[in-house]
Amino acid sequence: MSLTRRNALALGSASFVVTLMPLNAFAAKDETMAVINAFTNGAAVSDGGINLTTPEIAENGNTVPVQFSAPGAKRVMLLADGNPTPGVGTFNFGKLSDASGSTRIRLAGTQEVIAVAEMADGSYAQVAKTVKVTIGGCGG
Amino acid sequence: MISRRDFLQATVAASAIYGAGGFTRASAQQSLSQNELLKFDTTGNVTLIHITDIHGQLNPVYFREPEINLGIGSVNGLPPHVTGKDFLNLFNMTPGTPEAYALTYNDFSALAKTYGRMGGLDRVATVINSIRSDRPDALLLDGGDTWQGSYTTHHTQGQDMVNVMNALKPDAMTSHWEFTLGIDRVTEIVDSLDFPFLGANIFDNEWEEPAYEPYKMFERGGVKIAVIGQAFPYMPIANPGWMFPNLSFGIREERMVEVVNEVQALGAELVVLLSHNGFDVDRKLASRVNGIDVILTGHTHDALPEPVLVGSTMLIASGSNGKFVTRLDLDVREGEVKGFSHKLIPIFSDVIAPDPYVRALIDEQRAPFSDQLKEVLGTTDQELYRRGNFNGTWDDLLCNALIDEREADIALSPGFRWGPSLLPGQDITREDLFNATAMSYPEAYRTEMTGEFLHVILEDVADNLFNPDPYYQQGGDMVRVGGMGYSIDVSKPQGSRITDMTILKTGEKVEANKSYQVAGWASVNENTEGPAIWDVAESWIKKQESVSIDPNTSVKVSGI
Repeated sequence: MSLTRRNALALGSASFVVTLMPLNAFAAKDETMAVINAFTNGAAVSDGGINLTTPEIAENGNTVPVQFSAPGAKRVMLLADGNPTPGVGTFNFGKLSDASGSTRIRLAGTQEVIAVAEMADGSYAQVAKTVKVTIGGCGG
Repeated sequence: MISRRDFLQATVAASAIYGAGGFTRASAQQSLSQNELLKFDTTGNVTLIHITDIHGQLNPVYFREPEINLGIGSVNGLPPHVTGKDFLNLFNMTPGTPEAYALTYNDFSALAKTYGRMGGLDRVATVINSIRSDRPDALLLDGGDTWQGSYTTHHTQGQDMVNVMNALKPDAMTSHWEFTLGIDRVTEIVDSLDFPFLGANIFDNEWEEPAYEPYKMFERGGVKIAVIGQAFPYMPIANPGWMFPNLSFGIREERMVEVVNEVQALGAELVVLLSHNGFDVDRKLASRVNGIDVILTGHTHDALPEPVLVGSTMLIASGSNGKFVTRLDLDVREGEVKGFSHKLIPIFSDVIAPDPYVRALIDEQRAPFSDQLKEVLGTTDQELYRRGNFNGTWDDLLCNALIDEREADIALSPGFRWGPSLLPGQDITREDLFNATAMSYPEAYRTEMTGEFLHVILEDVADNLFNPDPYYQQGGDMVRVGGMGYSIDVSKPQGSRITDMTILKTGEKVEANKSYQVAGWASVNENTEGPAIWDVAESWIKKQESVSIDPNTSVKVSGI
């Protein structure tokens, strides 16, 4: 075998594409959309601009750690789309704050956790992450 | 099916032993020699030695690799999701050769008689000593799943493995099943180790603060090396969280980015991730986190004779149960990997001489239990093995035992990937039974479940295995089911993969609202009651003239 690392690297990077799941392509339920619309007064919401950190799979659905940062945001609202009441809470930030926060939320099952931010210029941004709540039990 | 040519574009054909080396020409046992197995083109200035997922196996074992190991979505047909003849074609190997025996399931029992058992930490010691005589400052890295999986490991709470591994002098380890010893025992052992127990992704779950050392810096051959540890991410979900109640795990990609940045700031010229994520999780991580040069993968028990490249990150897969040791030599200059040499060294126990000191140490660990270990419980008519996405004969045996001994309609056995194999005609000793069952939550429960709940369980486990996003996979195999058949379309989303659940005995469809008697073992729930699975299985095995398992055709798979 005479492939050099250099050749292999070139070939590897050309052909080895790992496709990623579009995590923010979600369709929130009506109740959630209503809460978002109330928050934004019906304004358009763009995707991205917020870092939302959640576990991929919840270790305990009763207390799931959620962190966000939305640099420059005035307000950030968290929602749990699959809970009976989707609203989790809204964080208000002063001008000097870094517009980040963390909390723990209870999730009724596998669902999207959504963060919506009102930015300093009055525009809105959102991001969603799937958090799986599993019954677990079979580790290799 | 992908061709070898396609595959080369996705991997590195740099392995010394398979391919151009003498090993593929060694078509008979006689031509295998220790020198041949240890021959290596010493390269560069750094050597990494990787061993992982030993699962308590001090002695050589038979271990059959899987026939079915499906890759979902973008990894369909890519290693390690290639088995049997496809695997041989991909890596240019000939059926019937030692490497075919070591790496595939085909003709396993016949080849096992020719080539013998593999592994044994005394043989591993010989290999490590040989590498160290060549490169004295080689780093030995243990990927975890070390302190669980055998009779002696169970009865010494992992001490046998700790004592023997200490003699091999690892430079670092990471973890998974270690935590099923319970947090107090883990702390006791970790405090006694001369090397770090790394886990960048282990946090205290109250304050979200790091609970273990995330990395260790080494200087070897004039190169600053960072070894970052990543424990199994789904520890409290896939295993009993109540045994280590204050710890949180997870993949924590952001944390990995942070740690890589930190070690680079400390001057690391080579960044190695000693991982228990599982191969597909590591493959995704490598595509999203920059700056990792080498990932030593573990957890999913894959053995690959060549590294897989993702961008400029090399993924190494070193198998399980002591069957293989990987040696990776790297030429690191100006903070870059300029060249490398790689070999997945198969530990043929009849070819590699045991190291006398470690042999004696292993005997010492086993001596107090020798009567129990060798006690014969029965014999088997056929190959007993575990690996495979949907079933294996070892779990068929356990399911049959659960149904008969616990008078159940349906049996569930978890999709573990550890547990060596037995050949047709072999005795089943107590040691063999414990090799397939030894763990700290062995209670065999018996309970009523509705058809609907059984469906939820199967869907839940199937999604842990077949979710197209590797970050949602937990790395085990499908729960094994006795007494009930089902169809599974692996391409469907959770909730619609499993259909046609049928009671095998009567041919009746499982009804959502009807209750069934279900027996199983290894529940992650606290206070599970029942006899230990090994007692259930022992009682059943002793009633059989010889263990005979009907071919299992109860799972119909589609969507591949």
